[in-house]
Amino acid sequence: MASLFSSPLPTHAQVMTEQVTLRYDYALGEVAGAFMDGLRSRKIMATRCSKSAMVYLPPRAFCERSFEKCDSWVEAGTEGVIESSTIVVRGFEGSRPPPIAVAFVRLDGVDSAIPNYVEGLDMSNVDAAMIRIRPGARVRVEFIAEPIGRVTDFYFVLI
Amino acid sequence: MSEIVAVLGTYQSIFKLRDNTITFPEQAQQAAIGCLAAAHMEPGDIDAIVFSLAPTAFMGVADANHWSVDHIFGAGKPMLRVHTGGATGGSVVQAAYSLVRSGMFRTVMIVGAERISETPDAQKVLNQIFDPFYEKDMPLQTITTVAMAATAYMQRHGVTQEDLAHLIVRQRRSAMGNPHAHLKGIITIEDVMASPMIAHPLKLFDCCPRSSGSAAMIVGNMDAVRQYQSRPAFITGVGSVSDSNWIGDRIVPTTQYDFIDWKLTQVAGRKAFERAGITDPIRQVQVAEVYDAFSIQGLTQLEQLGFCSSGKGFKLEREGAWDIDGMVAVCPSGGTLCTNPIAVAGLVRAIEAADQVMGNCGAHQVKGVRNALATAVGGIAQFLTCSVFSSDYNTEH
Repeated sequence: MASLFSSPLPTHAQVMTEQVTLRYDYALGEVAGAFMDGLRSRKIMATRCSKSAMVYLPPRAFCERSFEKCDSWVEAGTEGVIESSTIVVRGFEGSRPPPIAVAFVRLDGVDSAIPNYVEGLDMSNVDAAMIRIRPGARVRVEFIAEPIGRVTDFYFVLI
Repeated sequence: MSEIVAVLGTYQSIFKLRDNTITFPEQAQQAAIGCLAAAHMEPGDIDAIVFSLAPTAFMGVADANHWSVDHIFGAGKPMLRVHTGGATGGSVVQAAYSLVRSGMFRTVMIVGAERISETPDAQKVLNQIFDPFYEKDMPLQTITTVAMAATAYMQRHGVTQEDLAHLIVRQRRSAMGNPHAHLKGIITIEDVMASPMIAHPLKLFDCCPRSSGSAAMIVGNMDAVRQYQSRPAFITGVGSVSDSNWIGDRIVPTTQYDFIDWKLTQVAGRKAFERAGITDPIRQVQVAEVYDAFSIQGLTQLEQLGFCSSGKGFKLEREGAWDIDGMVAVCPSGGTLCTNPIAVAGLVRAIEAADQVMGNCGAHQVKGVRNALATAVGGIAQFLTCSVFSSDYNTEH
């Protein structure tokens, strides 16, 4: 598109800067609330639907397969299998400095996988570390010293 | 009796990291004006508008469809915004198609713009699409979740990072023929392999750029075709599908549509092909503009669309099957991998497919295109669309 002006605007006039801070209080609801309560007792609680027999983690109020309410709580196993994994090497400004290992793990007795950090992994050689946390590798759950009712209360370590 | 729907005109800007000489609504206007000119139409010839707008936190003005009303000549016309994340540009085409096909409107203009680089915090914006209780504390965003699926796909099918590199080299080269493309050039396998690791196995060159720019497409019924366009692209098949928000449900043995192999594509693809009368895609489809924000993403869809068996796409890549003069031209534009203006990236795929049918692609034009397909993927593949553009319309569907 041709410029409206005979000469372009000076570059210093071309950007206006603003910083926006927004605060949120996310309502947990009963199911996520009970899950967070479980974490404080070092338990990972999943919900089960008796009609479909599916056990969900993260827990659900409702089974999307049977369209029935999930009607019981089940404590997930403390070990499980990695379904997918990555090591974040750069490019992400998260709460922890890279490299960071993350995996979706299907805990024993549960049908779905939940993501969390993999700790205690030597990442000096990323390729070698990736082989150790490949899909199919077994991990166990460990808790931080003082759980606060947040998903980062637990993490995975290779068995 | 359903109306036949055709593309009457298209427009794409040149895409780049950012452009301080123009504002967001001016950029949308540029696309509207360009598209009207391409279709030899005036604003008064447009009956309704569909606005292609994904997360607006990138450019900072929330839900900027209202900001753009005047600029795109929307005042006094029906206008709606569609937002299915990265699939937005595919969904807008299908929304506009439906509005014309139903007989509600004679002509509909699809228009949108994107300015991802207005914020340096694009990765934070992308992290905001995750569940706050179970996911957002992790470094999850589009790159890391696709990287996790890639880890499992590559292990399952014996695909290597070098295999992905062959695709990247081809698409950067193809983009050299596309004046609108953001990243382009002759690079080597070694260049790709030497690019810094972002989230294993995805390196910098496996990932799309953050592109700014705008795009538009005007669709109309046969009456409008007769008035405005002697060489239209008919929209002959559309299919779309959604899947669970829970990635952890989709990578396990009980999954309904395996995310590792992108099975969801089958659902949208089958419906689009059935409607377009496509039974043998390799023979009937000459161009596949699959939505590939990452190197792993395009051929996995192509596999599920029936162009080859699962896990074979990258082997065929090495044999040149997806070159511009290969078995099927895959992303002759360079694809989303070379240009990703999120809100209109899917629309650009559709524009490229339609332009290939209309013979408007210039240096990256594929010869003898009768059918071209375009896909779009949104969220973490929660939304997926497939559309077929054809030189002739199918009277049966």
